[in-house]
Amino acid sequence: MTDTRRSQALHAGVILLLIALFFVLPAYHVGNLARILVLAVYAMGYNLLFGYTGLLSLGHALFFAAGMYGLGMTMQFFDLDPATAFGSGLIAALVVSAVVGFLALRTSGVAFMIVTLMFAQAGYLTILYFGEYTRGDEGFVIQQAERVFAGFDLTGPTERYVAALLLFSVCFSLIAYIVQSPFGRSLVAIRENEERAKMLGYDVVRHKLKAVIISGVMSGAAGAGYALLFGYAGATFATVQYSILPLLWVLLGGAGVTIGPLIGTAFMFYLIDYSSSITTAYMLVAGVVLVLLTLFAPQGLAGEIRKRALPWLP
Amino acid sequence: MAAVTILSTTGLTKSYGGVVANNDIDFTLPAGQIMALIGPNGAGKSTFVGMLCGRISATAGKVYFDGEDVSHLPAHKRISLGIAYTFQITSIFAGLSIHENVALAVRRRLGNASAQVEEKVAEVLERVGLSDRAQQRAGDLSYGHQRILEIAMGLAQEPRLFILDEPTQGLAETEIEEFIALVKSLAGEATILLIEHNMDVVMKTADYITVFNFGEILAEGTPMEIRDNEAVQAAYLGTAQDA
Repeated sequence: MTDTRRSQALHAGVILLLIALFFVLPAYHVGNLARILVLAVYAMGYNLLFGYTGLLSLGHALFFAAGMYGLGMTMQFFDLDPATAFGSGLIAALVVSAVVGFLALRTSGVAFMIVTLMFAQAGYLTILYFGEYTRGDEGFVIQQAERVFAGFDLTGPTERYVAALLLFSVCFSLIAYIVQSPFGRSLVAIRENEERAKMLGYDVVRHKLKAVIISGVMSGAAGAGYALLFGYAGATFATVQYSILPLLWVLLGGAGVTIGPLIGTAFMFYLIDYSSSITTAYMLVAGVVLVLLTLFAPQGLAGEIRKRALPWLP
Repeated sequence: MAAVTILSTTGLTKSYGGVVANNDIDFTLPAGQIMALIGPNGAGKSTFVGMLCGRISATAGKVYFDGEDVSHLPAHKRISLGIAYTFQITSIFAGLSIHENVALAVRRRLGNASAQVEEKVAEVLERVGLSDRAQQRAGDLSYGHQRILEIAMGLAQEPRLFILDEPTQGLAETEIEEFIALVKSLAGEATILLIEHNMDVVMKTADYITVFNFGEILAEGTPMEIRDNEAVQAAYLGTAQDA
Protein backbone atom coordinates (compact mmCIF):
# COMPACT_ATOMS: atom_id res chain seq x y z
CA MET A 1 0.00 0.00 0.00
CA THR A 2 1.41 3.43 -0.89
CA ASP A 3 1.68 6.14 1.73
CA THR A 4 -1.08 8.12 0.04
CA ARG A 5 -3.44 5.14 0.21
CA ARG A 6 -2.55 4.49 3.83
CA SER A 7 -3.22 8.10 4.68
CA GLN A 8 -6.59 8.04 2.91
CA ALA A 9 -7.51 4.86 4.75
CA LEU A 10 -6.48 6.40 8.06
CA HIS A 11 -8.50 9.58 7.61
CA ALA A 12 -11.58 7.75 6.36
CA GLY A 13 -11.13 5.28 9.21
CA VAL A 14 -11.09 8.04 11.84
CA ILE A 15 -14.31 9.51 10.45
CA LEU A 16 -15.97 6.07 10.36
CA LEU A 17 -14.86 5.47 13.94
CA LEU A 18 -16.43 8.75 15.01
CA ILE A 19 -19.69 7.72 13.32
CA ALA A 20 -19.58 4.36 15.08
CA LEU A 21 -18.89 6.00 18.46
CA PHE A 22 -22.16 7.85 18.18
CA PHE A 23 -24.05 4.56 18.29
CA VAL A 24 -21.88 2.97 20.95
CA LEU A 25 -21.26 5.71 23.48
CA PRO A 26 -23.72 6.79 26.17
CA ALA A 27 -25.43 10.17 25.71
CA TYR A 28 -23.10 11.98 28.12
CA HIS A 29 -20.02 11.07 26.11
CA VAL A 30 -21.70 11.80 22.79
CA GLY A 31 -22.32 15.32 24.07
CA ASN A 32 -18.68 15.60 25.13
CA LEU A 33 -17.48 14.28 21.82
CA ALA A 34 -19.48 16.88 19.89
CA ARG A 35 -17.70 19.56 21.87
CA ILE A 36 -14.33 17.86 21.39
CA LEU A 37 -14.86 17.66 17.64
CA VAL A 38 -15.57 21.38 17.33
CA LEU A 39 -12.58 22.26 19.50
CA ALA A 40 -10.44 19.82 17.50
CA VAL A 41 -11.27 21.87 14.39
CA TYR A 42 -9.81 24.85 16.22
CA ALA A 43 -6.72 22.79 17.09
CA MET A 44 -6.36 21.57 13.49
CA GLY A 45 -6.39 25.15 12.25
CA TYR A 46 -3.73 25.96 14.83
CA ASN A 47 -1.70 22.90 13.87
CA LEU A 48 -1.44 23.97 10.24
CA LEU A 49 0.35 27.13 11.30
CA PHE A 50 2.28 25.85 14.31
CA GLY A 51 2.88 22.19 13.48
CA TYR A 52 3.42 22.44 9.74
CA THR A 53 4.61 25.99 9.08
CA GLY A 54 6.52 26.44 12.32
CA LEU A 55 4.87 29.72 13.27
CA LEU A 56 3.94 29.94 16.94
CA SER A 57 0.96 32.27 17.33
CA LEU A 58 -0.31 33.33 20.73
CA GLY A 59 -3.30 35.11 19.27
CA HIS A 60 -5.51 32.48 17.72
CA ALA A 61 -8.36 33.27 20.13
CA LEU A 62 -8.84 36.35 17.96
CA PHE A 63 -9.68 34.19 14.94
CA PHE A 64 -11.86 31.87 17.01
CA ALA A 65 -13.72 34.88 18.40
CA ALA A 66 -13.99 36.47 14.94
CA GLY A 67 -15.87 33.38 13.74
CA MET A 68 -17.93 33.23 16.89
CA TYR A 69 -19.01 36.87 16.81
CA GLY A 70 -19.26 36.89 13.01
CA LEU A 71 -21.98 34.28 13.42
CA GLY A 72 -23.47 35.41 16.72
CA MET A 73 -23.80 39.11 15.98
CA THR A 74 -25.31 38.64 12.54
CA MET A 75 -27.85 36.19 13.93
CA GLN A 76 -28.61 38.55 16.80
CA PHE A 77 -28.93 41.78 14.89
CA PHE A 78 -29.77 40.81 11.31
CA ASP A 79 -31.73 37.63 11.97
CA LEU A 80 -29.63 35.70 9.48
CA ASP A 81 -30.31 31.98 9.14
CA PRO A 82 -27.60 29.73 10.61
CA ALA A 83 -25.95 28.87 7.27
CA THR A 84 -25.61 32.48 6.13
CA ALA A 85 -24.48 33.51 9.60
CA PHE A 86 -21.87 30.73 9.54
CA GLY A 87 -20.69 32.16 6.23
CA SER A 88 -20.35 35.61 7.74
CA GLY A 89 -18.36 34.07 10.62
CA LEU A 90 -15.94 32.62 8.07
CA ILE A 91 -15.66 35.96 6.29
CA ALA A 92 -14.99 37.76 9.57
CA ALA A 93 -12.19 35.28 10.36
CA LEU A 94 -10.83 35.61 6.82
CA VAL A 95 -10.60 39.39 7.00
CA VAL A 96 -9.13 39.43 10.51
CA SER A 97 -6.53 36.75 9.74
CA ALA A 98 -5.53 38.41 6.47
CA VAL A 99 -4.93 41.74 8.21
CA VAL A 100 -3.17 40.22 11.23
CA GLY A 101 -1.11 37.92 9.01
CA PHE A 102 -0.07 40.74 6.72
CA LEU A 103 1.17 42.81 9.63
CA ALA A 104 2.46 40.13 12.00
CA LEU A 105 4.48 38.29 9.34
CA ARG A 106 6.84 41.23 9.16
CA THR A 107 8.22 39.74 12.35
CA SER A 108 9.37 36.23 13.21
CA GLY A 109 10.12 34.07 16.22
CA VAL A 110 9.45 35.63 19.60
CA ALA A 111 8.38 38.92 18.04
CA PHE A 112 5.71 37.05 16.05
CA MET A 113 4.40 35.52 19.27
CA ILE A 114 4.21 38.90 20.96
CA VAL A 115 2.62 40.69 18.01
CA THR A 116 -0.08 38.03 17.61
CA LEU A 117 -0.69 38.09 21.36
CA MET A 118 -1.10 41.87 21.27
CA PHE A 119 -3.51 41.73 18.35
CA ALA A 120 -5.60 39.18 20.22
CA GLN A 121 -5.60 41.33 23.37
CA ALA A 122 -6.66 44.31 21.28
CA GLY A 123 -9.47 42.18 19.86
CA TYR A 124 -10.56 41.10 23.33
CA LEU A 125 -10.61 44.69 24.57
CA THR A 126 -12.55 45.74 21.49
CA ILE A 127 -15.23 43.19 22.32
CA LEU A 128 -15.42 44.57 25.86
CA TYR A 129 -15.44 48.16 24.64
CA PHE A 130 -18.47 47.51 22.47
CA GLY A 131 -20.16 45.69 25.34
CA GLU A 132 -23.46 47.33 24.50
CA TYR A 133 -23.66 45.13 21.41
CA THR A 134 -21.41 42.20 22.31
CA ARG A 135 -22.57 41.87 25.93
CA GLY A 136 -18.88 41.72 26.87
CA ASP A 137 -17.82 39.12 29.43
CA GLU A 138 -21.36 38.18 30.13
CA GLY A 139 -21.89 37.19 26.52
CA PHE A 140 -25.20 36.35 24.93
CA VAL A 141 -27.24 33.27 24.32
CA ILE A 142 -28.29 32.26 20.84
CA GLN A 143 -31.86 31.13 21.32
CA GLN A 144 -32.93 27.61 20.57
CA ALA A 145 -35.52 28.83 18.06
CA GLU A 146 -32.81 30.49 15.99
CA ARG A 147 -30.61 27.42 15.88
CA VAL A 148 -32.78 25.53 13.45
CA PHE A 149 -31.32 24.90 10.06
CA ALA A 150 -33.31 23.41 7.17
CA GLY A 151 -35.68 21.74 9.59
CA PHE A 152 -32.88 20.37 11.81
CA ASP A 153 -32.92 21.57 15.38
CA LEU A 154 -29.20 21.86 16.12
CA THR A 155 -29.89 21.80 19.85
CA GLY A 156 -30.92 18.15 19.68
CA PRO A 157 -28.08 15.78 20.69
CA THR A 158 -28.23 13.79 17.45
CA GLU A 159 -28.39 16.82 15.17
CA ARG A 160 -25.65 18.50 17.13
CA TYR A 161 -23.36 15.50 16.88
CA VAL A 162 -24.02 15.17 13.15
CA ALA A 163 -23.30 18.85 12.59
CA ALA A 164 -20.10 18.72 14.68
CA LEU A 165 -18.94 15.58 12.89
CA LEU A 166 -19.67 17.14 9.52
CA LEU A 167 -17.66 20.26 10.35
CA PHE A 168 -14.84 18.12 11.71
CA SER A 169 -14.79 15.76 8.74
CA VAL A 170 -14.64 18.56 6.20
CA CYS A 171 -11.77 20.29 8.01
CA PHE A 172 -9.97 17.01 8.76
CA SER A 173 -10.06 15.95 5.09
CA LEU A 174 -9.05 19.41 3.99
CA ILE A 175 -6.01 19.41 6.30
CA ALA A 176 -5.05 15.91 5.14
CA TYR A 177 -5.24 17.10 1.56
CA ILE A 178 -3.34 20.35 2.16
CA VAL A 179 -0.41 18.88 4.06
CA GLN A 180 0.22 16.28 1.37
CA SER A 181 -0.08 18.74 -1.49
CA PRO A 182 2.96 20.56 -2.90
CA PHE A 183 1.78 23.65 -1.00
CA GLY A 184 1.71 21.79 2.31
CA ARG A 185 5.13 20.26 1.65
CA SER A 186 6.56 23.69 1.01
CA LEU A 187 5.13 24.86 4.35
CA VAL A 188 7.06 22.04 6.01
CA ALA A 189 10.14 23.15 4.08
CA ILE A 190 9.71 26.66 5.49
CA ARG A 191 9.38 25.20 8.99
CA GLU A 192 12.53 23.13 8.55
CA ASN A 193 14.76 25.74 6.92
CA GLU A 194 13.24 29.00 5.78
CA GLU A 195 16.41 30.37 4.18
CA ARG A 196 16.88 27.22 2.10
CA ALA A 197 13.23 27.27 1.02
CA LYS A 198 13.63 30.85 -0.12
CA MET A 199 16.81 29.99 -2.01
CA LEU A 200 14.98 27.18 -3.78
CA GLY A 201 12.74 29.87 -5.21
CA TYR A 202 9.74 29.60 -2.89
CA ASP A 203 7.93 32.82 -2.06
CA VAL A 204 8.04 32.19 1.68
CA VAL A 205 6.20 35.36 2.69
CA ARG A 206 3.24 34.53 0.48
CA HIS A 207 3.21 30.92 1.64
CA LYS A 208 3.21 31.96 5.28
CA LEU A 209 0.42 34.48 4.71
CA LYS A 210 -1.68 31.78 3.04
CA ALA A 211 -1.02 29.49 5.98
CA VAL A 212 -2.11 32.17 8.48
CA ILE A 213 -5.32 32.76 6.52
CA ILE A 214 -6.25 29.08 6.16
CA SER A 215 -5.41 28.53 9.82
CA GLY A 216 -7.39 31.61 10.85
CA VAL A 217 -10.46 30.71 8.79
CA MET A 218 -10.47 27.17 10.18
CA SER A 219 -10.21 28.54 13.72
CA GLY A 220 -13.05 30.90 12.86
CA ALA A 221 -15.12 27.98 11.57
CA ALA A 222 -14.62 26.32 14.93
CA GLY A 223 -15.66 29.50 16.76
CA ALA A 224 -18.79 29.90 14.62
CA GLY A 225 -19.60 26.21 15.00
CA TYR A 226 -19.15 26.41 18.75
CA ALA A 227 -21.51 29.38 19.07
CA LEU A 228 -24.09 27.75 16.84
CA LEU A 229 -24.03 24.29 18.41
CA PHE A 230 -23.70 25.32 22.03
CA GLY A 231 -25.76 28.48 21.79
CA TYR A 232 -23.44 31.00 23.41
CA ALA A 233 -20.98 33.69 22.43
CA GLY A 234 -18.90 35.57 24.99
CA ALA A 235 -15.68 37.53 25.42
CA THR A 236 -14.13 34.68 27.47
CA PHE A 237 -13.42 32.93 24.18
CA ALA A 238 -11.27 35.85 23.09
CA THR A 239 -9.04 35.77 26.15
CA VAL A 240 -5.42 34.66 26.09
CA GLN A 241 -6.45 31.36 27.69
CA TYR A 242 -8.18 30.41 24.47
CA SER A 243 -5.02 31.19 22.53
CA ILE A 244 -2.98 28.91 24.76
CA LEU A 245 -5.42 25.99 24.70
CA PRO A 246 -5.00 25.04 21.03
CA LEU A 247 -1.23 25.19 21.51
CA LEU A 248 -1.54 22.73 24.42
CA TRP A 249 -3.88 20.43 22.52
CA VAL A 250 -1.55 20.36 19.53
CA LEU A 251 1.57 19.82 21.64
CA LEU A 252 -0.07 16.97 23.52
CA GLY A 253 -1.56 15.32 20.48
CA GLY A 254 1.40 15.79 18.19
CA ALA A 255 2.37 18.90 16.26
CA GLY A 256 2.65 18.42 12.53
CA VAL A 257 0.55 15.25 12.52
CA THR A 258 -2.97 15.40 11.06
CA ILE A 259 -4.57 13.30 13.80
CA GLY A 260 -2.61 15.04 16.57
CA PRO A 261 -5.13 17.80 17.32
CA LEU A 262 -8.07 15.39 17.72
CA ILE A 263 -6.09 13.15 20.04
CA GLY A 264 -4.75 16.08 22.05
CA THR A 265 -8.13 17.77 22.42
CA ALA A 266 -9.88 14.57 23.47
CA PHE A 267 -7.07 13.67 25.85
CA MET A 268 -7.04 17.04 27.58
CA PHE A 269 -10.84 17.18 27.76
CA TYR A 270 -11.12 13.82 29.45
CA LEU A 271 -8.08 14.42 31.61
CA ILE A 272 -9.78 17.44 33.17
CA ASP A 273 -13.18 15.73 33.19
CA TYR A 274 -11.83 12.67 34.96
CA SER A 275 -9.48 14.38 37.40
CA SER A 276 -12.16 16.85 38.48
CA SER A 277 -14.36 13.89 39.43
CA ILE A 278 -11.62 12.72 41.82
CA THR A 279 -10.42 15.92 43.41
CA THR A 280 -11.08 19.62 43.39
CA ALA A 281 -7.36 20.10 42.74
CA TYR A 282 -7.91 18.70 39.27
CA MET A 283 -5.52 21.15 37.64
CA LEU A 284 -2.76 19.64 39.77
CA VAL A 285 -3.46 16.19 38.34
CA ALA A 286 -3.70 17.60 34.85
CA GLY A 287 -0.45 19.48 35.36
CA VAL A 288 1.46 16.39 36.50
CA VAL A 289 0.21 14.38 33.53
CA LEU A 290 1.20 17.17 31.16
CA VAL A 291 4.69 17.33 32.65
CA LEU A 292 5.06 13.56 32.33
CA LEU A 293 3.94 13.67 28.73
CA THR A 294 6.37 16.41 27.84
CA LEU A 295 9.13 14.38 29.47
CA PHE A 296 8.37 11.03 27.90
CA ALA A 297 6.56 11.94 24.69
CA PRO A 298 7.98 15.33 23.71
CA GLN A 299 6.56 15.01 20.21
CA GLY A 300 3.04 14.45 21.51
CA LEU A 301 1.02 11.26 21.45
CA ALA A 302 0.61 10.99 17.68
CA GLY A 303 4.17 12.25 17.22
CA GLU A 304 5.47 9.35 19.31
CA ILE A 305 3.37 6.89 17.31
CA ARG A 306 4.85 8.30 14.13
CA LYS A 307 8.36 8.09 15.49
CA ARG A 308 8.07 4.55 16.83
CA ALA A 309 5.68 2.72 14.55
CA LEU A 310 4.10 4.59 11.67
CA PRO A 311 6.63 6.85 9.93
CA TRP A 312 4.21 7.50 7.07
CA LEU A 313 1.73 9.46 9.24
CA PRO A 314 1.09 12.71 7.37
CA MET B 1 32.19 34.32 -31.93
CA ALA B 2 30.84 36.72 -29.36
CA ALA B 3 29.71 34.77 -26.32
CA VAL B 4 26.24 35.40 -24.94
CA THR B 5 26.40 37.01 -21.52
CA ILE B 6 24.23 35.29 -18.95
CA LEU B 7 25.08 37.48 -16.00
CA SER B 8 26.69 40.83 -15.55
CA THR B 9 26.98 43.53 -12.94
CA THR B 10 27.73 47.22 -13.15
CA GLY B 11 29.03 49.24 -10.23
CA LEU B 12 27.90 46.62 -7.71
CA THR B 13 28.73 47.86 -4.22
CA LYS B 14 28.02 46.67 -0.70
CA SER B 15 29.02 48.56 2.39
CA TYR B 16 28.33 47.62 5.98
CA GLY B 17 28.48 50.92 7.79
CA GLY B 18 31.94 52.18 6.96
CA VAL B 19 33.27 48.83 5.75
CA VAL B 20 33.09 48.38 2.01
CA ALA B 21 32.77 44.65 1.31
CA ASN B 22 32.35 45.06 -2.44
CA ASN B 23 33.41 48.18 -4.26
CA ASP B 24 32.04 49.15 -7.66
CA ILE B 25 32.30 45.75 -9.31
CA ASP B 26 31.80 45.39 -13.05
CA PHE B 27 31.64 41.73 -13.88
CA THR B 28 30.62 39.68 -16.90
CA LEU B 29 29.91 35.97 -17.07
CA PRO B 30 29.53 34.42 -20.53
CA ALA B 31 26.91 31.66 -20.87
CA GLY B 32 28.23 28.11 -20.69
CA GLN B 33 31.43 28.99 -18.88
CA ILE B 34 32.77 27.50 -15.68
CA MET B 35 34.08 30.49 -13.82
CA ALA B 36 35.92 30.30 -10.53
CA LEU B 37 35.98 33.13 -8.01
CA ILE B 38 39.05 33.00 -5.84
CA GLY B 39 40.65 35.31 -3.33
CA PRO B 40 41.80 35.43 0.28
CA ASN B 41 39.34 35.15 3.15
CA GLY B 42 37.31 38.31 3.54
CA ALA B 43 37.90 39.40 -0.03
CA GLY B 44 34.14 39.76 -0.59
CA LYS B 45 33.40 36.69 -2.71
CA SER B 46 30.42 35.45 -0.72
CA THR B 47 29.01 38.96 -0.44
CA PHE B 48 29.32 39.29 -4.18
CA VAL B 49 27.42 36.09 -5.03
CA GLY B 50 24.93 36.90 -2.28
CA MET B 51 24.11 40.08 -4.15
CA LEU B 52 23.87 38.21 -7.43
CA CYS B 53 21.15 35.90 -6.21
CA GLY B 54 19.43 38.47 -4.01
CA ARG B 55 20.21 37.11 -0.55
CA ILE B 56 22.09 40.28 0.24
CA SER B 57 20.77 43.61 -0.93
CA ALA B 58 23.23 45.76 -2.81
CA THR B 59 24.09 49.25 -1.59
CA ALA B 60 24.50 50.40 -5.18
CA GLY B 61 24.85 49.03 -8.67
CA LYS B 62 22.92 46.72 -10.96
CA VAL B 63 22.68 43.00 -11.67
CA TYR B 64 21.62 41.76 -15.10
CA PHE B 65 20.56 38.18 -15.66
CA ASP B 66 20.02 37.06 -19.22
CA GLY B 67 19.91 40.68 -20.36
CA GLU B 68 17.22 41.69 -17.85
CA ASP B 69 17.81 44.02 -14.93
CA VAL B 70 17.04 41.87 -11.88
CA SER B 71 18.40 44.30 -9.27
CA HIS B 72 14.92 45.01 -7.86
CA LEU B 73 13.82 41.36 -7.70
CA PRO B 74 13.71 39.47 -4.39
CA ALA B 75 15.79 36.30 -4.08
CA HIS B 76 13.02 33.79 -4.79
CA LYS B 77 12.14 35.52 -8.07
CA ARG B 78 15.74 35.51 -9.24
CA ILE B 79 15.98 31.82 -8.36
CA SER B 80 12.88 31.06 -10.38
CA LEU B 81 14.45 32.76 -13.40
CA GLY B 82 16.98 29.93 -13.44
CA ILE B 83 19.61 30.57 -10.80
CA ALA B 84 20.50 27.88 -8.28
CA TYR B 85 22.56 28.59 -5.19
CA THR B 86 24.34 26.37 -2.70
CA PHE B 87 25.31 27.79 0.67
CA GLN B 88 28.85 28.02 2.00
CA ILE B 89 27.60 26.48 5.24
CA THR B 90 25.57 23.42 4.31
CA SER B 91 21.89 24.25 4.30
CA ILE B 92 19.50 21.36 3.77
CA PHE B 93 16.20 20.25 5.27
CA ALA B 94 17.80 18.09 7.95
CA GLY B 95 14.53 16.72 9.32
CA LEU B 96 13.21 15.52 5.96
CA SER B 97 14.18 12.57 3.82
CA ILE B 98 16.78 12.92 1.09
CA HIS B 99 14.08 12.20 -1.44
CA GLU B 100 11.92 15.03 -0.06
CA ASN B 101 14.87 17.43 -0.05
CA VAL B 102 15.37 16.94 -3.77
CA ALA B 103 11.62 16.76 -4.47
CA LEU B 104 11.17 20.20 -2.90
CA ALA B 105 13.72 21.58 -5.33
CA VAL B 106 11.99 19.88 -8.28
CA ARG B 107 8.43 20.71 -7.23
CA ARG B 108 8.96 24.45 -7.20
CA ARG B 109 9.38 24.17 -10.96
CA LEU B 110 7.10 21.26 -11.89
CA GLY B 111 4.42 21.77 -9.24
CA ASN B 112 1.70 19.15 -9.16
CA ALA B 113 2.94 16.85 -11.93
CA SER B 114 3.87 14.07 -9.51
CA ALA B 115 5.01 11.50 -12.09
CA GLN B 116 7.47 13.96 -13.62
CA VAL B 117 8.63 15.03 -10.17
CA GLU B 118 9.36 11.42 -9.20
CA GLU B 119 11.21 10.84 -12.46
CA LYS B 120 13.38 13.92 -12.03
CA VAL B 121 14.15 13.16 -8.37
CA ALA B 122 15.22 9.62 -9.28
CA GLU B 123 17.38 10.94 -12.11
CA VAL B 124 19.15 13.49 -9.90
CA LEU B 125 19.73 11.06 -7.03
CA GLU B 126 21.15 8.56 -9.50
CA ARG B 127 23.47 11.15 -10.92
CA VAL B 128 25.00 12.11 -7.57
CA GLY B 129 24.96 8.54 -6.25
CA LEU B 130 22.46 8.94 -3.41
CA SER B 131 19.72 6.68 -4.83
CA ASP B 132 20.11 3.93 -2.27
CA ARG B 133 19.74 6.40 0.60
CA ALA B 134 16.65 8.18 -0.72
CA GLN B 135 14.46 7.44 2.30
CA GLN B 136 17.11 8.25 4.89
CA ARG B 137 16.79 11.40 6.99
CA ALA B 138 19.01 14.08 5.47
CA GLY B 139 20.36 15.15 8.86
CA ASP B 140 21.73 11.63 9.41
CA LEU B 141 23.99 11.80 6.36
CA SER B 142 27.72 12.31 6.72
CA TYR B 143 28.93 15.85 6.17
CA GLY B 144 30.27 15.01 2.72
CA HIS B 145 27.00 13.48 1.64
CA GLN B 146 25.09 16.48 2.95
CA ARG B 147 27.15 18.71 0.69
CA ILE B 148 26.49 16.37 -2.23
CA LEU B 149 22.78 16.52 -1.39
CA GLU B 150 22.83 20.28 -1.50
CA ILE B 151 24.45 20.15 -4.93
CA ALA B 152 21.77 17.64 -5.97
CA MET B 153 19.11 20.13 -4.90
CA GLY B 154 20.78 22.66 -7.17
CA LEU B 155 20.88 20.23 -10.10
CA ALA B 156 17.22 19.36 -9.54
CA GLN B 157 16.28 22.91 -10.39
CA GLU B 158 17.88 22.57 -13.83
CA PRO B 159 19.43 26.01 -13.43
CA ARG B 160 20.89 28.06 -16.22
CA LEU B 161 23.31 29.57 -13.74
CA PHE B 162 24.59 27.48 -10.85
CA ILE B 163 26.34 29.36 -8.06
CA LEU B 164 28.38 27.17 -5.72
CA ASP B 165 29.84 28.75 -2.60
CA GLU B 166 32.85 26.66 -1.52
CA PRO B 167 31.29 23.33 -2.42
CA THR B 168 34.34 21.19 -1.62
CA GLN B 169 34.96 22.63 1.83
CA GLY B 170 35.25 19.70 4.23
CA LEU B 171 35.04 17.00 1.55
CA ALA B 172 37.43 14.05 1.50
CA GLU B 173 39.88 13.58 -1.39
CA THR B 174 37.77 10.95 -3.14
CA GLU B 175 34.65 13.07 -2.76
CA ILE B 176 36.50 16.02 -4.29
CA GLU B 177 37.42 13.89 -7.32
CA GLU B 178 33.74 12.96 -7.72
CA PHE B 179 32.78 16.59 -7.40
CA ILE B 180 35.22 17.61 -10.13
CA ALA B 181 33.77 14.97 -12.43
CA LEU B 182 30.25 16.17 -11.63
CA VAL B 183 31.06 19.80 -12.40
CA LYS B 184 32.74 18.84 -15.65
CA SER B 185 29.73 16.78 -16.67
CA LEU B 186 27.60 19.90 -16.24
CA ALA B 187 29.56 21.81 -18.85
CA GLY B 188 27.19 22.68 -21.65
CA GLU B 189 24.11 22.32 -19.43
CA ALA B 190 24.62 25.22 -17.11
CA THR B 191 26.88 28.16 -16.53
CA ILE B 192 28.76 27.68 -13.29
CA LEU B 193 30.08 30.24 -10.89
CA LEU B 194 32.28 28.57 -8.33
CA ILE B 195 33.77 30.08 -5.20
CA GLU B 196 36.62 27.80 -4.30
CA HIS B 197 39.71 27.73 -2.13
CA ASN B 198 41.04 24.39 -3.32
CA MET B 199 43.33 25.42 -6.18
CA ASP B 200 43.48 21.89 -7.50
CA VAL B 201 39.71 21.96 -8.05
CA VAL B 202 39.92 25.41 -9.60
CA MET B 203 42.67 24.44 -12.02
CA LYS B 204 40.91 21.25 -13.05
CA THR B 205 37.46 22.71 -13.61
CA ALA B 206 37.55 26.41 -14.37
CA ASP B 207 37.65 27.89 -17.86
CA TYR B 208 38.23 31.31 -16.45
CA ILE B 209 39.17 32.75 -13.08
CA THR B 210 38.28 36.01 -11.39
CA VAL B 211 40.36 37.00 -8.38
CA PHE B 212 38.91 39.12 -5.60
CA ASN B 213 40.92 41.09 -3.11
CA PHE B 214 39.75 43.75 -0.65
CA GLY B 215 36.29 43.83 -2.25
CA GLU B 216 37.55 44.51 -5.73
CA ILE B 217 38.46 42.46 -8.77
CA LEU B 218 42.21 42.06 -8.69
CA ALA B 219 42.68 40.03 -11.84
CA GLU B 220 40.81 38.02 -14.45
CA GLY B 221 42.07 35.44 -16.89
CA THR B 222 42.52 31.83 -17.80
CA PRO B 223 43.95 29.50 -15.15
CA MET B 224 47.38 29.79 -16.77
CA GLU B 225 47.35 33.56 -16.79
CA ILE B 226 46.21 33.72 -13.18
CA ARG B 227 48.85 31.30 -12.03
CA ASP B 228 51.56 33.51 -13.50
CA ASN B 229 50.05 36.78 -12.29
CA GLU B 230 52.31 38.47 -9.77
CA ALA B 231 49.61 40.56 -8.13
CA VAL B 232 47.62 37.40 -7.41
CA GLN B 233 50.64 35.70 -5.92
CA ALA B 234 51.24 38.72 -3.75
CA ALA B 235 47.64 38.76 -2.53
CA TYR B 236 47.78 35.10 -1.66
CA LEU B 237 51.24 35.09 -0.15
CA GLY B 238 50.64 38.34 1.67
CA THR B 239 53.68 40.21 0.37
CA ALA B 240 53.25 43.92 -0.13
CA GLN B 241 52.63 44.66 -3.80
CA ASP B 242 54.64 47.85 -3.97
CA ALA B 243 57.54 46.80 -1.85
